[in-house]
Amino acid sequence: MLYRENGQFKVSYRADSAVFPIRQDRVAIALILLLAFVVVPGLASEYLFRAILIPFLILSLAALGLNVLVGYCGQISLGTGAFMAVGAYAAYNFQVRIEGMPLIASLLLGGLSATAVGVLFGIPSLRIKGLYLAVATLAAQFFCDWAFLRIAWFTNNSPSGNVSVSNLQVLGVAIETPVQKYLFCLSLVVVFAVLTKNLVRSAIGREWMAMRDMDVAAAVIGIRPVYAKLSAFAVSSFIVGVAGALWGFVHLGSWEPAAFSIDRSFQLLFMVIIGGLGSVMGAFFGAAFIIILPILLSQLPHWLGIPIATETSSHLEFMVFGALIVFFLIKEPHGLARLWSTAKEKLRLWPFPH
Amino acid sequence: MGFLIETVFGGLMTGMLYSLIALGFVLIFKASGVFNFAQGAMVLFAALAMARFSEWIPKWLGFDNAFVANVLAFAAACAVMVVVAWCVERLVLGKLVNQEGITLLMATLGITYFLEGLGQSLFGSDIYKIDVGMPKEPIFLFEKAFEGGVLVNQEDLVAAGIAAVLVALLALFFQKTSTGRALRAVADDHQAAQSIGIPLSRIWIIVWSVAGFVALVAGIIWGSKLGVQFSLSLVALKALPVVILGGLTSVPGAIIGGLLIGVGEKVSEVYLGPRLGGGIEIWFAYVLALGFLLVRPQGLFGEKIIDRV
Repeated sequence: MLYRENGQFKVSYRADSAVFPIRQDRVAIALILLLAFVVVPGLASEYLFRAILIPFLILSLAALGLNVLVGYCGQISLGTGAFMAVGAYAAYNFQVRIEGMPLIASLLLGGLSATAVGVLFGIPSLRIKGLYLAVATLAAQFFCDWAFLRIAWFTNNSPSGNVSVSNLQVLGVAIETPVQKYLFCLSLVVVFAVLTKNLVRSAIGREWMAMRDMDVAAAVIGIRPVYAKLSAFAVSSFIVGVAGALWGFVHLGSWEPAAFSIDRSFQLLFMVIIGGLGSVMGAFFGAAFIIILPILLSQLPHWLGIPIATETSSHLEFMVFGALIVFFLIKEPHGLARLWSTAKEKLRLWPFPH
Repeated sequence: MGFLIETVFGGLMTGMLYSLIALGFVLIFKASGVFNFAQGAMVLFAALAMARFSEWIPKWLGFDNAFVANVLAFAAACAVMVVVAWCVERLVLGKLVNQEGITLLMATLGITYFLEGLGQSLFGSDIYKIDVGMPKEPIFLFEKAFEGGVLVNQEDLVAAGIAAVLVALLALFFQKTSTGRALRAVADDHQAAQSIGIPLSRIWIIVWSVAGFVALVAGIIWGSKLGVQFSLSLVALKALPVVILGGLTSVPGAIIGGLLIGVGEKVSEVYLGPRLGGGIEIWFAYVLALGFLLVRPQGLFGEKIIDRV
């Protein structure tokens, strides 16, 4: 009864193809946004902002970008960390080298640089796919790790590749306190989520999905593989690059190449798998899950009163991660997002099962 | 000239070890079409088991003979790898039959994390040493031909010998035994093999056990050179470009790919590295493989992939 669609008639194509065709969904999203923009900033503590909310938002954005590539276009990538790094270091260079560069502009330019690198490393996807492509994108990862560590120009000649930014401001408003950072990230994430959602619903999104489902057949019916695959790489690495720049600028403030190591790539891939391949919602679910799980795992023994060494708990975390990935792949290959939509299906009929 | 030969020789030795790890990949891919990302974790796990058992078994049984301890530890580590293989088949792959390659790849990523965590929580996460009595002193070869001769580690020679024997054994196993024949049949066509009565699940357990055995040998050789520690699992990431270069389905490809990458890496590091700022070993193998993929997507010896709608 909570979720009844009776009486919601759609009388135009516009209404029929809306992002949220059901009134309850629109209300829920509006409430969530209200909660996120108005209530949370008032209630959350500084720890919550720094340790959970800001990383969650930025990593959701990165997972969203990766989901475009892996979930919608079926091109597996293990080089996400590298594209984040490109975004971060490029944005840093724009910020440092050009006097009076606005923050948003340098973030977007960082994203564009990541796009260029992403397309470059996406070119092999035209000839190879699946497993081979995974290795090709690993090349991007290892090459970028090395480049940012060894080529001094990228890091403005700082030794050890460590760089830092300060005095962030947008349109004259300083972004210093955790609340301001949170709101800034939140706005960007919302904008990108809406854009992505609309992109995957449009013609190009359908081309990506056709590529994912069967690329040869898609080519036969007239979809250009070059255009479809490279555009997926471009869009994906743009979003990932912006997320990388945010991660460096807003979350870390000062960082070194290790912040974007191969572990980050794997972490993002897990977010996408666990959250749900090919789903915008899934990126958020996955990011929330992966951020909260380690915190939970390290706190749980403490709450239960079982003393456990930090080392053991980090090993335990690895094991639980691994087991969960396998579990999800077996039980619910479409991830948390699918569970969510199943729940909605059930609620539609509840409390009458027929 | 002597220095160049020395570099090439060092590269060949490293390459041999890469090939050993790559061999595990190829075995599993041939027999089940699974791109086994967990091979690195298996090397780490096997080496940890070996290192710790060789320390624990004398303590448990109360004797003090390094050779017997090593033999027992080797047997125990083999047993552990068979158990791992059985669990992987039972708990993971058996339930993912008929899924896409990407799903299986991700499942092996999950196995990687699980094995890394399990290995370190069972066996500890310090640096352990494996001492199987490999000779350590370097020797000089070709002293007459070049000034100063060519410096070679005896350890490397022994390792190369072991690797060669292992490859020969595997070839015999695949070509001459009935199990080997069944493995080849499964590799060619799952369904056809199943329809003539070859039990797929048993074959998979055997393949993963063999891959575990190869991982154990690779782990022992790396471990006695560098010590057993977490970075072993990362060294195995080098085996990925090796299999790509050699072709995913080719055992000789894994060997030759490994040697090529080993030599290329060392030579380029020594002669090109100083110009580019050093440390290019990190990406050289990958970029080489990437460039190669553009020209010949199936690798040196791989089967040509034909797409059908």
